[in-house]
Amino acid sequence: MNQAVNKLFGGLSGLVGFLLLAGLILIVLPGVLDGFRLNLVGKYLTYAFVAVSLVLCWGYGGILSLGQGIFFGLGGYCMAMFLKLEASSPANTAIQTTPGIPDFMDWNQITALPWFWKPFYSLPLTLIAIVALPTLFAWLISFALFKRRVGGVYFSIITQAIASILTILIVGQQGYTGGINGITDLRTLLGWDIRTDEAKWVLYFVTCALLLGVIVLSRLILTSKLGLLLVALRDQEDRVRFSGYDVANIKIFIFCVAAAISAIGGAMFTLQVGFMSPSFVGVVPSIELVIFAAVGGRYSLIGAVYGALLVNAAKTMFSESFPELWLYLMGGLFIAAVLLFPRGIAGLVERYGPPAMAAIGKRLPVPALRRGAPAVRSAK
Amino acid sequence: MTTNPSTASNTDFLLAIEDLTVSFDGFKAVNGLNLYVDREEIRVIIGPNGAGKTTVLDLICGKTRATSGSIRFHNRELTRLAEHEIVWAGVGRKFQNPAIYENLTVAENLVVSYPKGRSVFGSLGFRRDATVQTRVEEVAEAVFLQDRLDEPAGILSHGQKQWLEIGMLLIQEPELIMLDEPVAGMSVRERQQTGELLARICQGRSMLIIEHDMDFVRSIAHKVTVMHQGKILVEGSMDKVHDDPRVKEVYLGH
Repeated sequence: MNQAVNKLFGGLSGLVGFLLLAGLILIVLPGVLDGFRLNLVGKYLTYAFVAVSLVLCWGYGGILSLGQGIFFGLGGYCMAMFLKLEASSPANTAIQTTPGIPDFMDWNQITALPWFWKPFYSLPLTLIAIVALPTLFAWLISFALFKRRVGGVYFSIITQAIASILTILIVGQQGYTGGINGITDLRTLLGWDIRTDEAKWVLYFVTCALLLGVIVLSRLILTSKLGLLLVALRDQEDRVRFSGYDVANIKIFIFCVAAAISAIGGAMFTLQVGFMSPSFVGVVPSIELVIFAAVGGRYSLIGAVYGALLVNAAKTMFSESFPELWLYLMGGLFIAAVLLFPRGIAGLVERYGPPAMAAIGKRLPVPALRRGAPAVRSAK
Repeated sequence: MTTNPSTASNTDFLLAIEDLTVSFDGFKAVNGLNLYVDREEIRVIIGPNGAGKTTVLDLICGKTRATSGSIRFHNRELTRLAEHEIVWAGVGRKFQNPAIYENLTVAENLVVSYPKGRSVFGSLGFRRDATVQTRVEEVAEAVFLQDRLDEPAGILSHGQKQWLEIGMLLIQEPELIMLDEPVAGMSVRERQQTGELLARICQGRSMLIIEHDMDFVRSIAHKVTVMHQGKILVEGSMDKVHDDPRVKEVYLGH
């Protein structure tokens, strides 16, 4: 029993933290928020998938990806393509020159559905693609780079460049992708209208359930030997290599897992918000996603969720009143997170919060603030 | 890249290095080196700074790739293997500065080094069962850290970190252990303990050690190799090496 709690939640305090989060998003928020606000929270929670994925690959693995928007976007686009095809039935698009294809294709003088759209007629294939395509793409990137021992800041810059390239590609191939506007006007999922309040309510809970599942799965990875290896190779990559591990494979694996998690978030985003566009793929959103993880605590799976929720709540509040100030505030927040609380909100809670909530990651190795000055909790 | 390692002859030595050369932009850090290490032998390499001692270890463990020559371990060519395959073949290497995982506990450092679950999915399915636990405790005791198992490795003293890294090698049960200045920065007492430790763990395995502390070398070495400018200057017992005028000139004379 104890062992199961350790493995799944990271010890008793981890279990408490997990239950608090579950209570908050499953009971408290749906209880106090109106439909519109709850839908916003649902949207924030889809970003939380990415924040959690960054805890895995950045916090633990030391792989800072500035391109998680790529995978969030790919997942979201896969979902959007399915919904768009359903919305573009010949009956719905009878006024087009070519009925039965998405409206933006018709506007761009495309007369037949491109081959790569065809699998998205099928929901099972779409669900597979949502996870498989971004994972495959992540594998290609990470295999090419990690096998050549490209790492650190170079890896970050390359992921950022790829995010930028993908945006340009999506915007440029307007006829196939919907261009800068993205894929809009999504209506139903197998005939079920996703635009109603009731549908949004259901989708919110699906998002919560998936997110909690992802957290448990991530915890399982982190409490395995692979989790220890991630921390080990973040600090001493050569030592891991000369202890008999193919370091690149470990990094590729965790990067692919992170991509898959981000993609699920992207797909849930599309379902709840009703469209997908390149503005969720590029450099700026990718960096924002990193900020969520940094503010929440990049060593804490649960902290990352709070990071995504709080930063986005703040963003919504401030941009409703002072839209032009938000970007500065966001920048300031990131600097503050790096300089003043490098372990994010989770680190602050662990340090100053009630002991029951302390050490959300107690069973897990909690990294030191600085190398050479480890955070010592019990040096007895 | 390597010239005909296949022509290297089979030997009875555990480690046979022949005609090994590595050139960095024309500078030959190791130049036509021949070195043979017996089973259960403790060999110490000494020599002035820049003699190429650490480079030899780098070449054996695959950190640096040879320009030419052959390194055979159990008559198996190492120069073509990836770093982790060399470890699997039975070669363990300790770095000069203690390379341990400061954010993990002592026990976790040893578990990470445990030679099972080395693939991605193997490590996901790896279970820290009683066998592993016993082995971790055994090794911790061997390196004098049995009371510190649950402490973060980052708070250990310098000497203890050195021991922990030796323990991380031991748990892999390599047949050849390579140590780069294992007693540097240790107190007299720690040096003595390390000497005893090494003498104890050399049973059933060989060691290749780089060290500057002559008293320490004398206490553990079966045979000493003196390197100078990428080549072997003298090789033999400590007394022979110590009395050699050439060694005095380049290394011990000051």
